[in-house]
Amino acid sequence: MADLITYRDAVAEGIAREMRRDASVVCLGEDIAEAGGVFKTTTGLLKEFGPERVWDTPISEQAIAGAAMGAAMTGMRPVAEIMFSDFLACCWDYLANEIPKVRYMTGGQVTVPLVVRTANGGGLGFGAQHSQATENWALTVPGLKIAAPATPADVIGMLAAAIRSDDPVVFFEHKALLATKGPPPPPGHVVELGRAAVVREGGDITLVALASTVPLALKAADILAGEGIEAEVVDLRCLVPLDAATVLASLRKTSRLVTVEENPYQGGWGATVVSIVADEGFGLLDAPVRRVAGECVPLPFADALEQQVVPTVDKVVTEVRGLAAY
Amino acid sequence: MDAGALLDRYERMAVIRRTEKAAHDLFLQGLVKGTTHLAAGQEAIAVGASAALRPDDYVFATYRGHHHALARGATPEECLAELMSRATGLCGAKGGSMHLTKAATGMLGSYAIVGAHLPMAVGAAWSARLRGTEQLAVAFFGDGATNIGAFHESLNLAAVWRLPVLFVCENNLYMEYTPIADVTAVPRPAADRAPAHGIPGEVVDGNDVVAVEEAVGRLARRARAGDGPAVLEAETYRHFGHSRADPAAYRPAEEVERWLKHDPLDLARGRLAELGVGAETVAEADERARAVVERAVAAAKAAPPPDPREALTDVWADGGAAWRT
Ligand SMILES: Cc1ncc(C[n+]2csc(CCOP(=O)(O)OP(=O)(O)O)c2C)c(N)n1
Repeated sequence: MADLITYRDAVAEGIAREMRRDASVVCLGEDIAEAGGVFKTTTGLLKEFGPERVWDTPISEQAIAGAAMGAAMTGMRPVAEIMFSDFLACCWDYLANEIPKVRYMTGGQVTVPLVVRTANGGGLGFGAQHSQATENWALTVPGLKIAAPATPADVIGMLAAAIRSDDPVVFFEHKALLATKGPPPPPGHVVELGRAAVVREGGDITLVALASTVPLALKAADILAGEGIEAEVVDLRCLVPLDAATVLASLRKTSRLVTVEENPYQGGWGATVVSIVADEGFGLLDAPVRRVAGECVPLPFADALEQQVVPTVDKVVTEVRGLAAY
Repeated sequence: MDAGALLDRYERMAVIRRTEKAAHDLFLQGLVKGTTHLAAGQEAIAVGASAALRPDDYVFATYRGHHHALARGATPEECLAELMSRATGLCGAKGGSMHLTKAATGMLGSYAIVGAHLPMAVGAAWSARLRGTEQLAVAFFGDGATNIGAFHESLNLAAVWRLPVLFVCENNLYMEYTPIADVTAVPRPAADRAPAHGIPGEVVDGNDVVAVEEAVGRLARRARAGDGPAVLEAETYRHFGHSRADPAAYRPAEEVERWLKHDPLDLARGRLAELGVGAETVAEADERARAVVERAVAAAKAAPPPDPREALTDVWADGGAAWRT
C-alpha cells in the first residue's frame, strides 16, 4: 500500500497536479511562495513552478481577490489564497458583489474561473478572529460554488474539479484536518463538485456532515453502533452544488436525520439541508430533524470553552440517541 | 493630431454627448428605470484614451461608464436598449445603466461598488503579462475612489509587480454631492498619491481630447515596454448632476459657468478650426451623430422586453442557475 498523505500535503499536491496539466493555472496569496503558506499547504509550488506562476502578495486581501478575478476574466485560472477564512470579510466585496455577479449582470458575457482557497474553522485555539467556520457566509451568495473536503483524496480530487470549473469556487480547507492522513488518490483523480459521499452505511439514522464534522460523525457512528444504532454518514463535500438527492436517498433507508455543522446554527448550512428535506422528503421522516451546530457566539479561546460551542462527538451521540428512541 | 483624426474624435464625442442627452430625456419620460449616472462633459477622457489604446486592451469602468462603453465599441442602440430594459440591450437587460459591458471588445465591465474594479484591472494586466500578449489594462474611476482601500492596494500591487496597467482618474471635483477637496488631504487625490506607491502620477486637462490621447498613449507605451503602471488624473466636470434628476444645486454658479465654457466639444471645435476644418464639415459630423442617436432611440424603443425566463439564466458557466445537482 502506498504511503499515506496528509490533508496539508494534499493541498499542494492537488494544486501542483493542475499546474502541471494547465499552464493557465497560477497561484497568488500572502506567504504562499517562499514560505510555502502559513499552514504549509503550498510547499514546493514555488520551486517547481517559479515566481511567475506562484506569487507572494502583500497583505492586501481586496487586491488578491480582485486581481484573481481580473486574471480569471482574461484567460487565466488563478488559485488565490486568503490565509484564514475569517479574513474573507476583508475582501467580502469581491466574494459577495463582484465575482459571483459579473457573469449574470453582463448577460453571460464574462466567466470567472477562479478558486479562492482559505483555512476554515476552529479546533486549534486561535481565538475568535482566526477560528470561525464561515462556509455559511458564502452559502448566502448566489453564484459561488462551495467545496469543503474532508479527506486528503478528496482535497486532491475536489481541487482538480474546482480549478477546472468555469465557475468561481470557494475552497474551504479545515484547519483541524490539516494533519490528518489518508491514501493518496491515483493520477487524474477528479471528484466532481456536487457529489456527496456515503462514507458509512447504516439503516437507522442519517448523519449529514461536512469537512471537520465528517470524522466527528464517523466517531459518533462507531459509538452508536456499540449501542445497536446504525448511523449512515453522508459527507456532503460541497454546499453548492448541493447533492440533495443523496441525502434524500439515505433518508429513504433511515427516516431519521441529524445534520452536523460547525458554522453557527443561525443561518448555518444545516438549515438549508433540513428545509429541503421538509419540503421534498417530509413523508420520508419518522421523527423530527435535529441540527448539531455551532453556538451563535464568536469562537472562544480556551479548549474547555470552545468544546462548549462547537459540535462534538458527545453532542451528536446524544441527539441520535434521542431521535432513535422517538 | 491631424484634422481627420481629430474630426473622428470629435464625432465620437458628439455621439456620446447625444446618447447621454437621450438617456436623460428617456429617464424623465419614465422609459429608463432605476438610475443613470451621465458622463456628459467627460467624453474627452473616454474617447481620447480609447483612441490611444489597442483594440484588444482591457477597460474597466464605473457605474458612470456610458462613455467608456460607447468609446470601446458598444453602439448607442445597444446601450440605450440596455437602459430601457430591452432584450436587445448590451447585457440582455440584466445589467442596466451601471453595468454596461461588452467583453468582446475589451470593455470588461462597469462596476457600481466604488473602487472595486481597480484590482481587477491589475489582475487583467497580470494575466496579459503571463500570456505574453502585451495587452494593457486600464481602470477608469472617479476622484471618490481614491480614498477607498482597494485603490491603494491596487497601486501597490501593480507597482511591485510592474504591471502594464493604467489608472485613469476622472476628477470631476465631486463625489456624489460632496466636493472631493472637502474630504481629501491632498489637492490631487490620484496623482499626488501615486508617488507614494512608487508610480508616476500625472495630471492632464481631461476635457482636451488631444491632450488625453497623447498622455494615455505615452503612458501606455511605457507600460507595454515593461516600465510599470502609471496614474493619470484627468481634470473634468460633469454637466449633469450625480445621478437621476439631481440638479446639482450644490455647485457654485460661477464654477459651473467656468467649466461649461471649457466644454470638450467646444475645445475640439476650436482645434478643428485652427487646423482649417470648416464649420460645414463639423456640422456634417454633428448631423451624423444626431442621426445615429435618433435611430438608436427609435430602435431601442421598438425592441421587445426580455423573456422573463432569462431571469434564471447566466449565473453559472453552463448558462443556468441551478445550485443543486
Ligand atoms: C463602496 C461604495 N460606497 C458608496 C457608494 C455610493 N456612491 C455611488 S457613486 C458615489 C460617488 C463616487 O464619486 P467618484 O468616485 O468621484 O465618481 P463620480 O461619480 O464623480 O464619477 C458614491 C459615494 C458606492 N457605490 N460604493
